[in-house]
Amino acid sequence: MPSQEEIYTKVSETLVEALNVDEDEIKPSATLQGDLGAESIDFLDIVFRLEREFGIKIPRGELFPESIFQGDPDLIQDGKVTHKGLDELRTKMPFADFTGFEKNPEVNAISDLFTVDMIARYIQAKLNGTLPPPSDN
Amino acid sequence: MRWIWIDRFLTFESGKSARAVKNLSLAEDHFREHFPGYPVMPASLMLEGLAQTGGILVGEANQFREKVVLAKVPYARFLQEAFAGDQLIYDVEILLLRMEGASVKGKITVDGVLIAEAEIFFAHLDRSRSRQLFGDHNFVFSGELKHLLGLAKVAAKSSQDASAP
Repeated sequence: MPSQEEIYTKVSETLVEALNVDEDEIKPSATLQGDLGAESIDFLDIVFRLEREFGIKIPRGELFPESIFQGDPDLIQDGKVTHKGLDELRTKMPFADFTGFEKNPEVNAISDLFTVDMIARYIQAKLNGTLPPPSDN
Repeated sequence: MRWIWIDRFLTFESGKSARAVKNLSLAEDHFREHFPGYPVMPASLMLEGLAQTGGILVGEANQFREKVVLAKVPYARFLQEAFAGDQLIYDVEILLLRMEGASVKGKITVDGVLIAEAEIFFAHLDRSRSRQLFGDHNFVFSGELKHLLGLAKVAAKSSQDASAP
């Protein structure tokens, strides 16, 4: 089992390759889209690389949930994620850090949850086998 | 203009690797403009040849049911120019093949010398969404490419036959 540090290093290397960014741009709090310029296709590329790098299988939507809400009014109201929606997000992404997001849970800010650190924590949980069973998302 | 940038498959191992050949002729249109007085093959067309070799390899792995589109070139390096008269060998291997797409690694050699290498990432156009946009017709593997596919299948079969005990 690789250490936390080893996981982080490998995740960083993966992102440098996938996004063509400099190593010093990779920080734990860096967001994939905002800070590192990832586009939609890059997310799939990252998933592929992580699978190869760590020898794991990442089911579709497990690391980067796609279209979580699809306009469900129970989960989103006036461009903000409801309490129920937030619970749903927490269940699907137990590896994400919601500290900042909770204060202003705008739908547009969901992408800011996708950080370098989040990927490292996901990998850690995946290798430890502590992820919840896949939902029907 | 025929948008085919490989001439023939030399070997084809389903779901794994493929080797194709491209003979460069001075009669090809691109040499006229690229560049006048110094005709060299545009690097983008070298990449296209690799992508066609890899795209057919990936498409065949799913019996051509998926619409395989080039999504991203994470890495490409061009080391030497390619001239009329050169014979380019495209070698592509699948790194990962999944429901959502595939990534391949490819290299181009001339007389055994590496002149370019790249990684290419293909996406399978989401079937439900592409049906709305394009109908059931598989627009990727049609027309001229389809003909190459037939040849690819023949190559796959003959290399299987050749490796049979």
